[in-house]
Amino acid sequence: MLEIRKTPMVAVAAAIVLFPLLAAAIPAMNHYTGIMVFAGIYCLITIGLSILMGYAGQISLGHAAFFGIGAYTSGILTTQIRIDPWLALIAGILAAALVAVAVGAPSLKLKGHYLAMATLAFGIIVNIVFREQVALTGGPDGMGGIPRMQLFGLMIDSTQKFYYLVWALVSGAFLFTVNLLQSPAGRALRAIHTSEPAASAMGIDIARTKIIVFVYSAALASLAGSLYAHYMNFINPSSFDLFFSIKLIIMITLGGMHTLWGAVLGSILIAFLSLEWLHFFEEFEIVVYGGILLAVTIFLPHGLAGVPAMLRNRLRR
Amino acid sequence: MATRMETNTILEVEALIKSFGGVTALMDVNLKVPKGGIKAVIGPNGAGKTTLFNIITGTLAPTEGQVKFNGGIISGLKSHQIAALGISRTFQTVELFDNMTVLENVLTGQHLHCSSIFMACGLSLPMIRRQERGMIAKAEKILAFIGLGHKADAMADSLPLGERKILEIGRALATDPQLICLDEPAAGLNETETEAAARLIQAIKAKGITVLLVEHDMHIIMNISDEIMVLNYGEKIADGTPTEIQCNPKVIEAYLGDSECAFI
Amino acid sequence: MDKITFASQLLQYTVTGITIGSVYAMVAIGFNIIYNVTEIINLAQGEFVMLGGLVMVFLQVSLGLPVVIAFAGTVLIVTLVGLVLDRLAIRPIRQPSVLTLIIATIAASIMIKGAAMLIWGKDPFDLPAFSGRTPILVGGATIQPQYLWVVGFLVVTVIGLTLFFNKSIVGKAMSACSENADAARLVGINVQHMVLLSFALSAAIGAVAGLTMTPIALMEYDRGAMLAVKGFGAAILGGLGSFPGAICGGLILGLIESLGAGLLSSGYKDAYALVVLLAVLFFRPSGILGNLEVTRFKRF
Repeated sequence: MLEIRKTPMVAVAAAIVLFPLLAAAIPAMNHYTGIMVFAGIYCLITIGLSILMGYAGQISLGHAAFFGIGAYTSGILTTQIRIDPWLALIAGILAAALVAVAVGAPSLKLKGHYLAMATLAFGIIVNIVFREQVALTGGPDGMGGIPRMQLFGLMIDSTQKFYYLVWALVSGAFLFTVNLLQSPAGRALRAIHTSEPAASAMGIDIARTKIIVFVYSAALASLAGSLYAHYMNFINPSSFDLFFSIKLIIMITLGGMHTLWGAVLGSILIAFLSLEWLHFFEEFEIVVYGGILLAVTIFLPHGLAGVPAMLRNRLRR
Repeated sequence: MATRMETNTILEVEALIKSFGGVTALMDVNLKVPKGGIKAVIGPNGAGKTTLFNIITGTLAPTEGQVKFNGGIISGLKSHQIAALGISRTFQTVELFDNMTVLENVLTGQHLHCSSIFMACGLSLPMIRRQERGMIAKAEKILAFIGLGHKADAMADSLPLGERKILEIGRALATDPQLICLDEPAAGLNETETEAAARLIQAIKAKGITVLLVEHDMHIIMNISDEIMVLNYGEKIADGTPTEIQCNPKVIEAYLGDSECAFI
Repeated sequence: MDKITFASQLLQYTVTGITIGSVYAMVAIGFNIIYNVTEIINLAQGEFVMLGGLVMVFLQVSLGLPVVIAFAGTVLIVTLVGLVLDRLAIRPIRQPSVLTLIIATIAASIMIKGAAMLIWGKDPFDLPAFSGRTPILVGGATIQPQYLWVVGFLVVTVIGLTLFFNKSIVGKAMSACSENADAARLVGINVQHMVLLSFALSAAIGAVAGLTMTPIALMEYDRGAMLAVKGFGAAILGGLGSFPGAICGGLILGLIESLGAGLLSSGYKDAYALVVLLAVLFFRPSGILGNLEVTRFKRF
């Protein structure tokens, strides 16, 4: 499961690089690049969430909060203090990390439902703050005029450019996480997931490790949020609500909680589902998501990424 | 034949009491483990042996009394802190990391002696990669020592019980402990496997590691232990060499049933 | 002209607090019933409340049925939803783990919410109050008659459940399940039926909470999640699994919310109950009445 072979990686990398060119060439697919920008932004969050849930076994129903912290920190700092977007992005990550430590330390000692509820409550509280602190965030009406980003003097002002920026970061995050999982830190994580008493007996500080992973996932979500803010140039609190936190869970569950590929797959699928396939059936969005989540939980507990293994097992019988 | 050891004490349990609500699991238990020796704790089921282990290794805190390791008080510390001090253990219900290979289990055992700095690991810095090569070499040595070298890449849950127990011991050895606590290492094993386990424990002693073990298998106990402590209903009823224990009337009455002193 | 004194304001907040607290208490009781029998936290609990309100709107307002019939019909329909939830969302899970069950109940809750949106749209709905809207004035505070209905139904629910769990055979069987499911099975109690029944009861109680609160606070399709979290907060505050705890927790939570909204800031109204929930989870997860040893307070 953790043997990330070279060939698929190269193939995927090539696909990522070539995709916008393909999309630009086919009229019906022109807007797909934009959808893939969102997919990439979601990926950044789900990669982090995936190791939190799939490897460390901790559930978070409030990750939209960190997404929002990144977005609003970037938005506020670049519009009100006019600092460089990249500095604002780093500030966002630091803010999210601090909040993650503050919330994570007491929460991660909780188990199962208690942890789920604590993260749920946390997510809602942060959303309320976004709505109420009107002077800072613009309240329910949102905050606009968020400037574009620049990279080495090049203005990132087109969907295609943003696509490459986002997916470069996704690739970085993906590789970083793969390295992590194959390292002593990753083994500690996997150990905690299987047997906390044994992990502890090997000298692994469980509480500290859980918090570090939580912070990492919060940092990635914040990064995604900052990118989102600079892509949309406008943000409002309804993008960072409970339903988005649940959408993240759906992405991970659909793709498969136990592999990183699952996180990527699920993010891409849900991005297309919400922005393309359900586009004309918006009223059905909620029911469809619920149905997908339920169906996957019952019939595909390892998500779509687990289908090949499932088929192999079936064929063996 | 084992004789009473005159060496210093590596682990000392003093006046230990453990109660859960209304139930007293351990009552005023005293234990001295001689450095470099093999000490066994025996007693009928429910005598409190695993509770004692859990307190020594930090999974549980004592209600009263204390545990000292190399002279320093360790009772009240968390289990990962106690592991860092040099005490390692196996579990009655084998707690392997089933989502990992045999080699990875032993690598995880080396956690205390490696750097697992998050950023360094994620960036796969040269230091980490070098360290990994060293850790793999050391893990392979341990696997060779315990006889599982040929199964390094097998998933831990694909091993039969006997090998799983051996692997758990190997993983505990990877922490480089001064004291290793084995909780029923021979439970569920057949005669050949039990012999292998006994030989392994003696090999561990030969490396200078102190062994504290809980067991039911009397042959192992009597043949390899230097000292034995007997618990019954949470209380210590005897402590001495195997010969002394075998002929102790209280022990015979409480535990060995009507088996005579014919264990030699 | 009447001067609105601080005391009468305080009284007003208290009255509102007790009323909304009764709703939270009922949601908490619903959580406890399912938790006691199955150890599952049903995150879809709030949707039963939402459905109670909206189905009642359909029966009483759209179809024009008399209130008592609409009441009975609503409870019946929402109970059915509860049964379906157990059968289709919980039962089919082959390897139930805490994580999968949490996700399953979340999935069910958003399906119910989504269906409600399709049927009723996004607008909030009102219901006629059971006995009119002439306010009762007590000490400068206005008490809507509907407030009394809400608290009244809490009392009825509590009495009903006490009798049910202590006197009826089915109720005692359910108590046995929560005590020890294996032992219950051994004496012939069908645990699966008890689980089904626990979902049915929780749904029914949720429905009652919903239809009694709608004349006061209106109801719309997405109210469920917030009610569920606050109801859970009430349950935890009082000690998960304890019915007296649910009542205390609900009332305290309602009061904190009402006083907070009135005295501090109304924009943060929802946050008060959530902060209390976090505080309880962080500092005293066994709740104020809960105590690991005091299991005799677990149920009636």
